[in-house]
Amino acid sequence: MKALRPTLVRRDRSEPDRHLARHPEPGPLLLVFLILVATVCPASANPIVIGSKKFTESYVLGEIAQRALNDAGFATEHRQGMGGTIILWQALRGGQIDAYPEYTGTIAQEILRDSRQLSFQEIREALGKFGVAMTEPLGFNNTYALVMRRSEAHRLGIRTIGDLRKHPDLKMGLTHEFLDRQDGWRPLRERYGLPQQSIIGIDHALGYAALANGSIDVKDAYSTDAKIEENDLVVLEDDLRFFPKYDAVFLFRSSTSPDAINALRRLEGTLDEKRMIHLNMEAERTKNYTFAANLYFEDGGRSANSVGESFPHKLARWTLRHLELAGFSLLLSVIFGILLGIVASRGGVIGQGILGFASVVQTIPSLALLALLVPLPFFGISVRTAITALFLYGLLPIVRNTASGLQDIPRSLRESAVALGLSPFTRLWQIYLPMASRSILSGIKTSAVINIGTATLAALIGAGGLGEPILSGLNLNDHVTILEGAIPAALLALLVQWFFDVLDRVLIPKGLRL
Amino acid sequence: MTTPMSALVKLVDVSKSYADAIVLHATNLSIERGETTILIGPSGCGKSTLLRLIIRLIEPDSGSIEFNGEPVTSETIGALRRRIGYVIQEGGLFPHLTARANVLLMARHIGKSEDEMRQRLADLCDLTRFSVNLLSRYPVELSGGQRQRVGLMRALMLSPELLLLDEPLGALDPLVRAALQKDLKEIFARLQQTALFVTHDLAEAIYFGDEIVLMNDGRVVQKGSVTDLREKPADPFVSEFINAQRGITLT
Repeated sequence: MKALRPTLVRRDRSEPDRHLARHPEPGPLLLVFLILVATVCPASANPIVIGSKKFTESYVLGEIAQRALNDAGFATEHRQGMGGTIILWQALRGGQIDAYPEYTGTIAQEILRDSRQLSFQEIREALGKFGVAMTEPLGFNNTYALVMRRSEAHRLGIRTIGDLRKHPDLKMGLTHEFLDRQDGWRPLRERYGLPQQSIIGIDHALGYAALANGSIDVKDAYSTDAKIEENDLVVLEDDLRFFPKYDAVFLFRSSTSPDAINALRRLEGTLDEKRMIHLNMEAERTKNYTFAANLYFEDGGRSANSVGESFPHKLARWTLRHLELAGFSLLLSVIFGILLGIVASRGGVIGQGILGFASVVQTIPSLALLALLVPLPFFGISVRTAITALFLYGLLPIVRNTASGLQDIPRSLRESAVALGLSPFTRLWQIYLPMASRSILSGIKTSAVINIGTATLAALIGAGGLGEPILSGLNLNDHVTILEGAIPAALLALLVQWFFDVLDRVLIPKGLRL
Repeated sequence: MTTPMSALVKLVDVSKSYADAIVLHATNLSIERGETTILIGPSGCGKSTLLRLIIRLIEPDSGSIEFNGEPVTSETIGALRRRIGYVIQEGGLFPHLTARANVLLMARHIGKSEDEMRQRLADLCDLTRFSVNLLSRYPVELSGGQRQRVGLMRALMLSPELLLLDEPLGALDPLVRAALQKDLKEIFARLQQTALFVTHDLAEAIYFGDEIVLMNDGRVVQKGSVTDLREKPADPFVSEFINAQRGITLT
């Protein structure tokens, strides 16, 4: 039964933007809070408040609405990622928000709870009873879809799902949910009479990788998934209209000012799938929904440079984030590196183990280290992961230099310190560590320079920094953008090097430098 | 001969061996209060080992060491080390600290007052003929003889009851060495310092020693004055050792 499809659950579970959400999952308490707020404070005349759900596409649409209203001269506020369907709907009815982006399929099933396939007009009439109105479709339909590699589809001349009938040997990799759903694979196969025999169940994200390397040829997707453009895939047209419509629209309070309604309605029919996919991808890539929304308003403009934020401002933002990543991870490397180095300097199994571990970490390619950390609980796609990876990278030079610096202290001087009667801690703190300070500092310098370089990879997992323009540049094949990140990163590395040379003169006891 | 009552350090059946060799056979030895005892012998005879056992840089395998009648253990050695000065070749100065900081290190550690330290430092400079102007220099900025004087000041800073010197003058050129020998002897006399002085140079031994302990192959071969050693050798090795160095000076 298509009509029972639990849209809310599907989106919350599968959308890749969970990680982008800025707020924790709204619990029942928040719902109560929102309803209370909605009852106690009736909507004020201004500004116009736009809400959005907790996933990329909703954020971007919210931003687009905000910009459209701003351009029409309205003061606006965008409450991003408020939660799921029910929360947004209640907030709209209660007047806490004035408008938010929604999908027709969701409206019919989640809000109106009607198991029939409602027509657009029927939905509109039903909403009217709640004092809520709806724009015409914005132009794209975010539903289940089948996708293929663009090159393969071109080669085989496949454009629609019906075309698959002519290619029975194509390998299908479908999500387990899609395989099991009432409106999933089995009825789809019946409806279209699909002949494919090779069908495997595969995780959604892994499926994209499998598709890219040719292990499978066709998979299910959400039709505006950012991955579609990212991986150069095509959405096969649902020529028999099997999948229910999930046309994107804006819902708004009927009492909203007519001029504001007109501004929203100017968005009708302007966003096709291809464009929405692109905006979603840009939003996920840049972690900047405003940026993605602004792309919508640019006519054919594709360059990242033409967007609002000035270059010096962006550069400052990237550099600060970069320093934050490299600096914080370096601090951790220094604290743990010196401690581990002290232990390692005593040799033995533990010492060997520590040096061995640090060396092994160093041999893991930085990309692989990131990839290994991402699936672990606590890490994921986050700044934490980037800092942890950088911290692990920075460890070896410090551990090794601390250990060797301490081991290089002549035995006679160690014995002198013992014979004097200094306590073990004083010996370490006042004698051994200062004597090893030069070696330790040079290890820290090596780590710092490595970290500045490696931190550019942090952008891969959305942690920002100077890797951001490098990555965009690589995506867009735009050399200028690559250099916008690469040159400052190189200068930063030189600066760090110079900074440590100065530090060497300030920190290292004079007696060790003569 | 001094009475046994005045022995500051007493070793009873102390031995030490490493995996492949015995470096010190069971040894009995008394270090008399107020005297300079010389430990002499060829390289590897165990003389430095004996010194390092006393200050517990190494643990004895068997036997006991008494300091002032009290047995020395790894528990008591911490406090005891402040009552023992230890001087090694080149002075064993810490390169990252100035001469002054090296000398004051331990006094600062136990919280002596600045006034007290300043006074003591001035006295020590006077005693060791070290120029006060050089105190703010780092070890690398000092000559070998100056470094050794700083090492001596550091060892004497807390007025130790026992001074251990492990070939302190070994790395110095002859003129500097002669000057330091003279000064050291004066200092020992002025302070009535109990000292245990390791050397392989018989001339130096004769110059300093009230009592000479000749060691060979991990054993004490003979203990006595230089005359005893020369005229009543306990063993052919004693004569051999003395004759080998006769060419230098035996007055």
